[in-house]
Amino acid sequence: MFKKTLLTALLVSAPLLMVGCSSTGDKGATSTGGLNTDAYGSGVDNVKSEFGEATLDERTFYFDFDKSDIKPEYMAAIEANGKNLANHPKKKVRVEGHTDERGSREYNIALGERRAQSIARVLMMEGARHDQISVVSYGAERPAVQGHNEAAWADNRRAIIEYEAGGQ
Amino acid sequence: MKFLKYCLGVFITTCICFTTASYAEGILNIEITQAQDAALPVAIVPLKWEGSGAPPSQDISAIVNADLARSGEFRVMPTNMMRQLPSTPAQIEVPYWRVLGMEAVLVGSVKAQGNDSYQVQVWLVDTMQGQGKRPTSVADTNAEASQGPKVLFSKEFLVNNRHVRTLAHHISDLVYEALTGYRGAFSTQIAYVNVQFANPKKPPSRYVLEIADADGYNPRPLLTSKDPIMSPSWSPNGKQLAYVSFERNRAGIYVSDIETGNRRLLTSYPGINGAPAWSPDGRKLAVVLSYGNVPKVYLLDVASGNLQQVTFGTSIDTEPSWMPDGKSIIFTSNRGGQPQVYQVSLADNSIKRLTFEGNYNARASATPDGTKLVMIHRGQGDFNIATLDLNTNEVSVLTGARLDESPSLAPNGRMVIYGTVDSGRRVLGGVSIDGRVKLLLPAASGEVQEPAWSPFLS
Repeated sequence: MFKKTLLTALLVSAPLLMVGCSSTGDKGATSTGGLNTDAYGSGVDNVKSEFGEATLDERTFYFDFDKSDIKPEYMAAIEANGKNLANHPKKKVRVEGHTDERGSREYNIALGERRAQSIARVLMMEGARHDQISVVSYGAERPAVQGHNEAAWADNRRAIIEYEAGGQ
Repeated sequence: MKFLKYCLGVFITTCICFTTASYAEGILNIEITQAQDAALPVAIVPLKWEGSGAPPSQDISAIVNADLARSGEFRVMPTNMMRQLPSTPAQIEVPYWRVLGMEAVLVGSVKAQGNDSYQVQVWLVDTMQGQGKRPTSVADTNAEASQGPKVLFSKEFLVNNRHVRTLAHHISDLVYEALTGYRGAFSTQIAYVNVQFANPKKPPSRYVLEIADADGYNPRPLLTSKDPIMSPSWSPNGKQLAYVSFERNRAGIYVSDIETGNRRLLTSYPGINGAPAWSPDGRKLAVVLSYGNVPKVYLLDVASGNLQQVTFGTSIDTEPSWMPDGKSIIFTSNRGGQPQVYQVSLADNSIKRLTFEGNYNARASATPDGTKLVMIHRGQGDFNIATLDLNTNEVSVLTGARLDESPSLAPNGRMVIYGTVDSGRRVLGGVSIDGRVKLLLPAASGEVQEPAWSPFLS
């Protein structure tokens, strides 16, 4: 899952990568708070410097069943998007939370909101302002893929950072 | 005369319901997948056509037959097995029907009345009277023996061709009530969300909030959107539907007038606006709002728009549903770590946990008599529909698929309609409140989810 997403991000974002590097420098990670602090810690800086701002294009993040904590491998990308928002106060994002289809629909709406809020908190830790971020949970109502099996469920348990008109 | 007056009543209520004249094939095709052993054997004799022109375009007996079979509470005799086709009580040879084990026989006739109208006469006859099953005294038995079969009801209707189908459901209601003691729910409707996929590897392309007759016929769209629509909830008078729509990338609770389609936005606060549920008196909606923080249950006064918070704290609280007395609300909460069903008193906001069996209980609603909850329950990994007896705390699992959800009770409390997955598609399922009868209602196109059964409409 992660590999597929990252590969897509790299392929699609090659031109953007250059633009991103020149417009926003890496100021280094100063935040140590937030979710999964143990797991993200020191390795994150290396990942960031290795990929630069390419991670800006990685904007779909997957979750474990019934969980809303962010997996360590996604922190760099989310932080990069947070810095991008901090550096461009006019940019706005919509953070969408989604769940798989199992269980109750309205409960899944609540679970999806928790996922989106987890992402939004990291964006704000990186300096994004509250009014740059809107959070919406679609629960299980807008699956990325159809299907009633583990593979489909894994693809559907996700949160997405969507830039509003104007792009990244 | 009394019948004609009644008939007029039927006309007025049905005209409201049927704004479209066409009776298209239902998009939902009903298959009974499990029948009840103890079903009551009945015979619905084809009504005799006593006219010279064209009979009604809809076959009343066939519709009544299908209604009763679908309830699962009757075993309806196949028409092609009948060697006698009486059309009045006097023509009924009781021994013939008794030998076949029939408890009751519906007979009658249809006459042309000109101008696309028909006179319909029906009698429901108890063919087992005097067989030791129902007589209450020797005198009853003797009287029955001398007078012939007992007529349970005799009705006469004048109906326009456009309303023949409605009349047939009404006759089903009468038969059902006469034989079970429960009010029939065949004249009701269901709302549901039809989801269309242009590409199965992409999110759905279209969501349609639809309303159909309880047997799946006559579907008509109330709202079509490229964004999700969910959580339809009928107002107690059956005239309005509240629901959640995600148009413009945010959640909003809307109310649509079913007859006109006019709608208004009730809430669209930041975060969750969800799970609307009408109070029994129709004045309030229990709703869920998160204001970008945690979802909590609120009461929204529909006329004034005033909001009153009824649950508090940092847990997820959602899926409110009113107890029939309107004095408390049941809801789903993860305050104990997993989703379970709780009850909050509206008098003092005190909270009581109701479910303890299973690690996931959600989306509960109470039966009309308030003695049971119907809910989503996970026992051994699958999500199923279950009842919770509020007196004994006994959980009874009614369904057996993997992904059953969104249970909605018929207004007579006898049947639950719910969403399920069958052969890889989202379809509607039905199950009797005792779990003995199961049926599937697959859609002709797309997927169907989140059924909401209407209240009684007349």
